[in-house]
Amino acid sequence: VTEFAPARGTTGTEVGLVLLEVPLRVAAAEAEDDPVAERLATLLPEPVGGLSHVSSVPLECLRLMAIAWEAEPVGSLSELKELGLDREDLLGIFRALVTTRGIEERGHILYKQGKIPGSFYTGRGNEAASVAVATAMGPDDVGAPLHRDMGVHVVRGVEPWRIFAQFMGRVDGPTKGKDGNVHMADARLGLIAMVSHLPAMLPVAVGCALAFRIREEKRVSVGWFGEGASARGDTHEAMNFAGVRRLPVVFICDNNQWAYSTPTHLEYACEHVADRAKAYGFDGVVVDGTDLLAVYREAKIAIDKARQGGGPTLIECLTLRMEGHAVHDDAFYVPKEMFEEWAKRDPIERFRSWLRENADFTDEEEDEIRAEVKKLLNDAIKRADESPLPDPSTVLEGVYATPEDLETPHHK
Amino acid sequence: MAERTYLQAISDSLRQEMRRDKRVFVIGEDVGVYGGAFKVTQGFQEEFGEWRVIDAPLSETAIVGGCTGAAIMGLRPVAEMQFADFVSCAWDHLVTVAAKQRYRAGTAVPIVVRLPSGGGFSGGPFHSQNPESSFAHIPGLKVVCPATPADAKGLLTTAIEDPNPVLYFEHKHLYRRIKDDVPEERYTVPFGEARFHREGDDVTLVTWGAMVFTAAEAAQKVEEEDGISTEIVDLRTLAPWDRKAVLASVEKTSKALVLHEDTHTGGFGAEIVATIAEDAFEHLDAPVRRIAAPDTPVPFSPPLEKAFIPQVEDVVKGIKDLAEY
Repeated sequence: VTEFAPARGTTGTEVGLVLLEVPLRVAAAEAEDDPVAERLATLLPEPVGGLSHVSSVPLECLRLMAIAWEAEPVGSLSELKELGLDREDLLGIFRALVTTRGIEERGHILYKQGKIPGSFYTGRGNEAASVAVATAMGPDDVGAPLHRDMGVHVVRGVEPWRIFAQFMGRVDGPTKGKDGNVHMADARLGLIAMVSHLPAMLPVAVGCALAFRIREEKRVSVGWFGEGASARGDTHEAMNFAGVRRLPVVFICDNNQWAYSTPTHLEYACEHVADRAKAYGFDGVVVDGTDLLAVYREAKIAIDKARQGGGPTLIECLTLRMEGHAVHDDAFYVPKEMFEEWAKRDPIERFRSWLRENADFTDEEEDEIRAEVKKLLNDAIKRADESPLPDPSTVLEGVYATPEDLETPHHK
Repeated sequence: MAERTYLQAISDSLRQEMRRDKRVFVIGEDVGVYGGAFKVTQGFQEEFGEWRVIDAPLSETAIVGGCTGAAIMGLRPVAEMQFADFVSCAWDHLVTVAAKQRYRAGTAVPIVVRLPSGGGFSGGPFHSQNPESSFAHIPGLKVVCPATPADAKGLLTTAIEDPNPVLYFEHKHLYRRIKDDVPEERYTVPFGEARFHREGDDVTLVTWGAMVFTAAEAAQKVEEEDGISTEIVDLRTLAPWDRKAVLASVEKTSKALVLHEDTHTGGFGAEIVATIAEDAFEHLDAPVRRIAAPDTPVPFSPPLEKAFIPQVEDVVKGIKDLAEY
């Protein structure tokens, strides 16, 4: 662990990404003649002047409390080799990124075509963070990814056709139509299905780590949550308990800056969610979530540390949620400039450029990967569409587990 | 056979399971060094070590949520809520995650939550409640309410074996008051099978937990005073509950009284009464009656608490009214 320490930034002032957020918050607060206000006003009994979120705290005050590390970008292929990734792995990662985004883009189209019931959530902007963390996990590690973490399912090996079947409520989805959208997981791949109540899966992830500690296994559990969910008590209870017992768990905060329509300054008053780690007795690190390799490095360090008995780490991956909370939401409340700025930092494009500059990534290789993924997804949608809808008579099935349910690898 | 208190029987079962199955562990507030607020796990940490008898921070959600994670990873956690009342802090986890994980994601969650429940000691509004009905309402959870030492032991063993989340309500008023012969060897008591605490012909009295003994005292009294023969059906488990036994008894007696220590409106008695009305209507010779605590929080001061918890005289009156109907 110590050998990577010099790579981690300790400055706290060199924060191009974070600084960007502040003027945009002000812009949002001042946008009195914003079309947003006009649209909302019709919904309210009386006209209201400033309908954007206003912070009563002078924003410059918020910057004094930074405690977490801020991770720096990864420099070279050789640094990555030390972290266990070769060129072949990097191409695999690119493929996983394209697949992740492809699944969500195609899902969005299917939703608009009326083929997906209910609602549909995407993790656009978070693909790199989710793929990177999953790549850093070991085969026997487990995790409970959320609705912005499709990349975790992809990397752990959930077949895309089963994901589309899940979206469409078919029997071949991991939940067999019992639950929708990203509320799924393949337990055989070390994943635990999320629920809507966030961050309800954090105590569960901590419990997995507790089992590993009790049995003295060298396995690690990963728990995801968002900056919005950081406001709930489950986050505190999970982190406090994990800290007290130094459990092998890594907490990943997908900080995409918007909890539905609520911005970060209305969710927490410290500078970074990761600053709280110190209070729980472990390390916190803030990393640019659009920088796949930086996220990978931090996740790898944290997971290795947990595996060796070094206790938890909180990694905050800073991104912008590039779409609405779900596809019905046009995210009118997010300042346009913010989207424009973060669009320049598209995580897939960033990784692609890095590969071109540092790993001689060729057009041919890229074309081949993209064609392969396109075919994979076309076939997946076709196969998912052939999967039947569940028989209504199965509504009563599976409420209670039977002893046979315990005959699984993860229950033994 | 050995004479054991209700509390000792619980402790015996837990110790027996921990000795035979390394996957079983205990977690809760003050369960280790202190041996639990009621001493159910006294001496456990010395025997099993601090990673199988885990003193947790004051975090009910992390305790029960942690159990879910550990269970999915193959362990058999038994959580202790210091008082059943505090399970409200873990209600969200139990209802949102543990109860639904099997149905929607196919993942079994074999956990047991032990809940010292019930009043009678001036515990006040936050140390006396019987919140079983709110869990019996949730598909995916099992709810157990033993009354006798033998059932306390056998049902806890079954609960630990069960592949589902089980809420095990142990009534505090029975802990040291009720003693009985309990087999020393390991045994299980099946869920969903009522026990006839007393057989009778005139009135069926359906109840569970500490109220079984209130009912028994009342039944004895009405038998002696008026020759009324009361059949007491101790449900033992509420989810699942033994409809068959209740309906069979009502068919025999044609009169039914449901008794519980939980409050009246929406209490589990309502479900039993509705089932009798639906499925045994033709057999009834009188309206189905309920005796339950009034719809108030549990009061503190002794005369108020006595007025709150159903007493023997209330049940005597209830049986007599029905018998005379």
